[in-house]
Amino acid sequence: MQPTGLNAKTATMNLTGSRSATTTAGHEKRPELPESIRARVANHPCFSEDAHHHYARIHVAVAPACNIQCHYCNRKYDCSNESRPGVVSELLTPAQAVRKVLAVAEAIPQLSVVGIAGPGDALANPERTFETFRLLREQAPDLRLCVSTNGLALPEWVDELAGDQVEHVTITLNAIDPEIGARIYPWIFWRHRRVRGRRAAEILIEQQLLGLERLVARGALVKVNSVLIPGVNDAHLPEVSRAIRERGAFLHNIMPLIARPEHGTFFGLMGQREPSETELGALRERCAGDMRLMSHCRQCRADAVGLLGEDRGAEFSLERIEQLEIDPVAAMARRAEARAAIEAERARARSAPTVVSVPLSALLTKPRAQAPEPPVRRLAVASRDGRLVDEHFGAVTEFWIYAISAQGASFIERRPIDRYCSGEASCGAGEERLARTLRALADCEAVLCARIGFAPWGALEAAGILPSGEHALEPVESALAAVYAELNAAASGAQAAAALSA
Amino acid sequence: MALRITASCVNCWACAPLCPSDAIRAARPHFQIDPGRCSECAGDYEEAQCASICPIEGAILDACGVPLNPPGSLTGIPPERLAAARAEIQAR
Repeated sequence: MQPTGLNAKTATMNLTGSRSATTTAGHEKRPELPESIRARVANHPCFSEDAHHHYARIHVAVAPACNIQCHYCNRKYDCSNESRPGVVSELLTPAQAVRKVLAVAEAIPQLSVVGIAGPGDALANPERTFETFRLLREQAPDLRLCVSTNGLALPEWVDELAGDQVEHVTITLNAIDPEIGARIYPWIFWRHRRVRGRRAAEILIEQQLLGLERLVARGALVKVNSVLIPGVNDAHLPEVSRAIRERGAFLHNIMPLIARPEHGTFFGLMGQREPSETELGALRERCAGDMRLMSHCRQCRADAVGLLGEDRGAEFSLERIEQLEIDPVAAMARRAEARAAIEAERARARSAPTVVSVPLSALLTKPRAQAPEPPVRRLAVASRDGRLVDEHFGAVTEFWIYAISAQGASFIERRPIDRYCSGEASCGAGEERLARTLRALADCEAVLCARIGFAPWGALEAAGILPSGEHALEPVESALAAVYAELNAAASGAQAAAALSA
Repeated sequence: MALRITASCVNCWACAPLCPSDAIRAARPHFQIDPGRCSECAGDYEEAQCASICPIEGAILDACGVPLNPPGSLTGIPPERLAAARAEIQAR
């Protein structure tokens, strides 16, 4: 449940006590959504940042085949220890998928969305995908259906999707320039032939954009996912953002490339590097002017279950769900109750003051008359729910990232330290984990946590990141303000020392 | 004349629905082509459909045992260019 004291979406501290209208998260700068659309995304965790704190989703892995090859994908997908797109533990038939959905929808009444996202391409397996949707429409009509596709086969299935009331579609679109596309997609399967190179990318992009236009014309909400690949499409993605906005896409989700040799992908094996957090942040910032951006994506598995960032898939293996007694009608009633309770809670949170005004001025050293304004600084917090600094550095799976300036602090995102790995066993040694954590915090100047070990303390300092364990169990707001003041004081002290020695 | 699937098959299902002769079975440990049914798509398509969508180099062999998708044919990087391509990619 979202803390009421520090609402993630509107968390704003302000020196003057008034509420700041903008935050640094790109999508916040866009005008408010029209009510009609807001209602359609209000309980979709992948289309609404706020919804993802309340509602759960399930991906059913019914679609194994794919009609294209992406260099970041390995078609050997059946791995249970990794968490990243395209990976699943067991493939399901439509009937098994429906049974799994009903079992999950009974156990997790916050479930609002069922998606088909592979492990291949949902629309390269149209019989299995649409059979699943048809059965779900009959047996759990309150659940939203959504689909994720590479777009190649999309134009021909738009009517069918609309017929099943699939209103949320995600297209993965990494380039609109075929020269760039050819460096990402080595081939596509098109009209009974394998097509390679630039021509393949041309066809794919044409179909993706045509599919987008047709979906928008039918009133669907379309999200576009783009994988940020350094040296390939990084400079090009603002153009992609503009192009999809012109065609009516609703949301742009720029995701960092995941490429490690152990994944066996072309990019992973060839040593293509992943983008840094700084590159990702800068690019999202550049695209923010053109398009509503999404930054809470967790790049989940093609069979993920639960809230974003958690995966309860293991609780619902085929073997287990076959033993369950399911009463779909009673479960649907319980979901309706759960939704009513969530919405009542959200309404109360909205009507309550969303900003706790912290007398930051009392905590900050008073700036002198003409002193330059202190800069915007990024800080990371180890916290369980964003309310208190209450997590041990070594236990964190995601940090809460904030940008703080003299005008106030704003929440940016919950950032996983490892964007794909969920199993500790596969995470390697502690040293490797620490290195990943340092990479995830590269754009932050300090990290606040309840406790921190000696080794990571030294490593953070060596990386130029201030470790702070002094604010254990304090509210995040006041702790951030104090550390911000400390950083400012240290910076002005260093300046003064430099001036003296000069 | 029939094609054959090797142990490098990843069971991705892409080939099975495309076969005009319904010759591909979802067997374990990997998919199998029924040699009695496979026509290599002769008379139906110019290119063998299973080999045209298969994502794994070397997973489908022709009647002589030669891979229809030899090394480098699906990544677009022939083996002799591999080192150079790797250097290029790592410079990004």
